[in-house]
Amino acid sequence: MSSREVILGRIRTALADVDAARPADTAARVYASQSVDDVVAHFCEMVADYRATVHRTTDAATTVAAVLADEVVSRLVVASDLAADLLAEVGADVEVVVDDPGKGVGLSARDLDTMDGVVTTARVGIAATGTVVLDHGTGQGRRALTLVPDLHVCVVRVDQVVADVPDAVALLDPRRPQTWISGPSATSDIELDRVEGVHGPRRLHVVVVD
Amino acid sequence: MTASGRHPGTIGAGEGALHHPDVDFPHAAATALADSQLRANLGHATATIRDKRAAVVAEHPHWHGLRAAGAGIKDDVLARLDVHLEELERQLQAGGATVHWAADATEANTIITELVRATGATEVVKVKSMTTQEVGLNEALAAAGIAAWETDLAELIVQLGDDAPSHILVPAIHRNRAEVRQVFLDHMASAGIAAPADLSDDPAELAAAARTHLRDKFLSAKVAVSGANFAVAETGTLAVVESEGNGRMCLTLPDTLISLVGIEKVVPTWRDLEVFLQTLPRSSTGERMNPYTSFWNGVHPGDGPQDVHVVLLDNGRTDVLADTVARQTLRCIRCSACLNVCPVYERTGGHAYGSVYPGPIGAVLTPQLRGIDTPLDKSLPFASSLCGACEEACPVAIEIPDLLVHLRTKIADEAPRYDLQKAAFKAMKAVLGDPDRLARAERGTAVARRVLSRSGRVAGLPVLPSWTTTRDVPDLPERSFRAWWAARADVDGVDGDAGPCAPGEGS
Repeated sequence: MSSREVILGRIRTALADVDAARPADTAARVYASQSVDDVVAHFCEMVADYRATVHRTTDAATTVAAVLADEVVSRLVVASDLAADLLAEVGADVEVVVDDPGKGVGLSARDLDTMDGVVTTARVGIAATGTVVLDHGTGQGRRALTLVPDLHVCVVRVDQVVADVPDAVALLDPRRPQTWISGPSATSDIELDRVEGVHGPRRLHVVVVD
Repeated sequence: MTASGRHPGTIGAGEGALHHPDVDFPHAAATALADSQLRANLGHATATIRDKRAAVVAEHPHWHGLRAAGAGIKDDVLARLDVHLEELERQLQAGGATVHWAADATEANTIITELVRATGATEVVKVKSMTTQEVGLNEALAAAGIAAWETDLAELIVQLGDDAPSHILVPAIHRNRAEVRQVFLDHMASAGIAAPADLSDDPAELAAAARTHLRDKFLSAKVAVSGANFAVAETGTLAVVESEGNGRMCLTLPDTLISLVGIEKVVPTWRDLEVFLQTLPRSSTGERMNPYTSFWNGVHPGDGPQDVHVVLLDNGRTDVLADTVARQTLRCIRCSACLNVCPVYERTGGHAYGSVYPGPIGAVLTPQLRGIDTPLDKSLPFASSLCGACEEACPVAIEIPDLLVHLRTKIADEAPRYDLQKAAFKAMKAVLGDPDRLARAERGTAVARRVLSRSGRVAGLPVLPSWTTTRDVPDLPERSFRAWWAARADVDGVDGDAGPCAPGEGS
């Protein structure tokens, strides 16, 4: 007998007491999304609370260019399908490298490690927790792109921001890869004091576009 | 399989430093209790995390609803665990993952070792995973000539220091910053990139040293091993919840990803995660949301590992499931909130529990997974004052005190009759039932006092050793109440109706 059959058999024996007519879904869901008056303002506040830098703007291209200049980025990596207008104001001194694994021009992990930063869009922003969610669709690149470089500039439109976790879960497709990001990488492993900056990007800028 | 037909798990199999089956909890705890540095480290760390958790739980208006929903969802899962696992397997396979089933720790280690061997790799990077610790995977891989590098900061501290984990979330919670600095200075060089010679004990500098040390391993890794916090049956989605980004590195950069997943990690639907993604981070690190959560669904072309394996592990979990009272133990999402609020854990730390699962949840989970055959495992359900703080903090409402009592009953039922206790009560009845016998017994205590009492307290009585090795008995009085009363009546000329007064206070 295979271990699969052994384990499933043990489970069925163990559950002999369970009534076959027991409904599959009995969990009471007596909770709701937390509501706030101004979802976008709350989002900005919560993102900043976890030590990301928040920029609220009506001019994404100018803000992105300013962030890259402030952070002294000289080599920038982006996904091949990032909207070109987001980089329209980026200075000529910044080398923009396009990652396109679908066309066989994907960067290796070591190549990515030579990049100063990455600019992406996002899928959803969550106000209650200060989270940006990437589903690695258009403009967001594959997962490694927003992981290896030390600076991540993430552009979120105000119409992408939802109030709470259940609202985001309802919008997201669980068959896509996802990365939920709440502040820069951090650890509390030494005396439970939170320290920002371990393996993921140590600097996270969230550009919120009206 | 034992004679009783049990097929106990083998947790702690690989944790030689941790698991001493013949040393029961009170004796193991005595070492920790005598270590004032350890107690200071634990007191500071648990107080910090308790305050953080309390703040983010209090600010959530629907906490009790989420907690009840989490418990309900897990109970629904357990009631149809076979159905959900079969669905999970189908969906994982549809997503391009290969699914393996491991009945016990040995089988899990064999499967994973063979998968790593097949890639030709001689080292793997690891995401922090309780389940891989439970089966002793690192030791099994080492025996096969494969180096397993822990990449979580606390796990790295434990691994480099040849130490044992003492907390579910923060395995190095028993180490303070100065100790961590010394571990890095002493041991990083032999494992790869050395720590800078001028390393200070500033946590930010220590974290930076870990970043440098591990980055080279991440960039060259071909194989990663992870656990999973959740596995969604309806979609085959796996989740890893983390803080540092080491998890993302392992889940994303290597060619091959092997995830060892306990069979109780399955949840029926994607929507169910809207509950746990709120309750787990708040209960675990005391944050509204942990920095990074990764989801993947088998193989994603052009993104991440293209060779994806999932090993579903029993290792004693079906025994827990078979106990209709204790079944709810399997709701556990390994947040560690119960450790941080436990007055016993706060003082003893995790090593005394002799298992990778310490604290209140360990005291109920370990004896169920491993069986109650050794002095250690028999003692674990008694490592609690039953104060109830653990149940209150639990985000899936596991009734830990009730389960501890349930296990104590099981252990008492299986143990030989308590003849000594019966004899003691019989003797007490004889003495208390006759004033003359009582008076003789009381005169005896005055003699016993001169023999037993040292520095004003009585410790380590030869009878009742399991009680008196861990508790001091109050000093025996010089004379009995009746003797004092009789003497006082002689002096004051009263015969006992003057009301209760302390000596010297009456007139």
